[in-house]
Amino acid sequence: MESKRSFKLWFVVLSVLLLVVFVMNISLGSVSIPFTEVLASLTGNGASKASWEYIIIDYRLPKALTAVLAGSGLAVSGLLMQTLFRNPLAGPFVLGLSSGASLGVALLILGAGAFGGAMAGILTSEWSLVFASAAGSFLVLLAVLAVTFRIKDSMAILIIGLMFGSVTAAVVAVLSYFSSAEQLQQFIFWSFGSLGNQSWYGILILSSCCVLGMLLALISCKSLNALLLGENYARSMGLHIKRTTVIIILATSLLAGGITAFAGPIAFVGLAVPHLARQIFTTSNHFVLLPAVILSGAFLMLICDSVAQLPYSEYTLPINAITSLIGAPVVIWLLVRKRKLLF
Amino acid sequence: MDEERQHRVLSVSDLTVGYRHRRHQHAVASGIGFELEKGTLTGLVGANGIGKSTLLRTLCGMQPSLGGKLRLYGKDIANYTSMELATRLSIVLTEPPASKNLTVRELVTLGRQPYTNGFGMLTDKDREAIGHALEITESTTLSERKCYELSDGQLQRVVIARALAQDTDLVILDEPTTHLDLYHRAYVLKLLKRLTTETGKTILFSSHEIDLAIQLSDKLIVMDVEKTYVGSAKELINDGRFDALFPKETIYFDSENGRFTIKN
Repeated sequence: MESKRSFKLWFVVLSVLLLVVFVMNISLGSVSIPFTEVLASLTGNGASKASWEYIIIDYRLPKALTAVLAGSGLAVSGLLMQTLFRNPLAGPFVLGLSSGASLGVALLILGAGAFGGAMAGILTSEWSLVFASAAGSFLVLLAVLAVTFRIKDSMAILIIGLMFGSVTAAVVAVLSYFSSAEQLQQFIFWSFGSLGNQSWYGILILSSCCVLGMLLALISCKSLNALLLGENYARSMGLHIKRTTVIIILATSLLAGGITAFAGPIAFVGLAVPHLARQIFTTSNHFVLLPAVILSGAFLMLICDSVAQLPYSEYTLPINAITSLIGAPVVIWLLVRKRKLLF
Repeated sequence: MDEERQHRVLSVSDLTVGYRHRRHQHAVASGIGFELEKGTLTGLVGANGIGKSTLLRTLCGMQPSLGGKLRLYGKDIANYTSMELATRLSIVLTEPPASKNLTVRELVTLGRQPYTNGFGMLTDKDREAIGHALEITESTTLSERKCYELSDGQLQRVVIARALAQDTDLVILDEPTTHLDLYHRAYVLKLLKRLTTETGKTILFSSHEIDLAIQLSDKLIVMDVEKTYVGSAKELINDGRFDALFPKETIYFDSENGRFTIKN
């Protein structure tokens, strides 16, 4: 049982690293706060300056938590999609969820002009963006689920998801064509993704989505392992393919839909982290992979966010770009080094 | 009476197999009838496209039959729940496992899924079944290897081990000898034969290895264009059932030696 021990070692290493990066992420920011003061705030002893305390507890801590939730949630939904479709290119957004969210937000921001100036102010508040994005994802999800119930081949769901994605992306493009530069800019800022500016109430909702989605993923682990052999084998071992598919799609939608609603469409993490985890843990067993992608997804997202906020400067880079800039070379390096795509 | 029922594992009569497109049916083969007795090895042979795979898929409950009777232990196969069926019937398909990033032991362990709880926890009984399945297929030394490291012959042994770990009385294999060299083709079929005599399993396999199947099977099912014939190899040879299997201008059946020969 050599392999079991090395799993445990990796889990311990990753957990410690995650904790370190979490504290590091909170210590870094545009305002320089001494490390001891950061620890004091986090442990509930209070910082010596009220402004520091405020920055840490009401800005940096929620942002770090959002990064953890978004990173692990997207990674889990990527893993679910890759196994369900047995396709290493699948990610959290293959079902068209992010396009649905984009459509919702585009209709809100770009369509707001049509409702007149006064209405536009109310419509584009923080919560309305979350609502529009969630509604868009949810509608696409309903369409995908409706199709799932009628179709036998799960590969067809993949294609249909991509088609929904193309259609909604096209509608967004048409809407952009008719909107003002200012509206367009606002929409583009949303599409950059953002982990910051979350209220504690928002985090509560986001974490409920994520916990529920991950619980659904956990109860699907046995079925996911069976699906590794292909649908026919899985069915011959007593698996209800349709029920499993619906549970997996629901889990993905809760995770990817919820995260997109709060943090915008964050690319790459969902596609890459399952591959990273498979390379590190050298297994496709989901009882190992699920905790592995949760830890490494959160870890990667915290690193990316630390870089994106450009410590000690006033600028914050779009998180969506940073995840790809940091993550892609890592995946390429791992694949070239191991010369084999493990799936 | 009850004992006889237990003895007769699968009974098929006047079965029609094929596909259903909305309103009309497309029958691939019909009038199929045979019985599989406990502890026997049965080979299914026939030309490409004659419907061997369709028949096997129907027997496994993967697609509905178009007519006739198909009973597993006296109960219509359509009336089994998927979980019940999983403890009675295991399969080995021509398609390789979708993911090969599993160790041999992990893959064989998946065969215990019908018996394990929601988190796939193994009991001592499960471990014993897995160990036994690895042992009897001579794969114990492979157990910590990854499936992508195996040769085709080794992988075939391992997927058979998975079916054995599922601990079902009936095992159905779709062309278990494709992609294998002559030695491994003979090895796999001999292994199947050994399983029927040593563990009392009932095994049905389809194959293009008619020569080997004739030598090893207790019974053969020959699928021809019009009709399906069932019997021992000797009976089928005497009745000339293999003669019409393929066009005679290329190969013909040499009934004295029980094998096909090139026509010069």
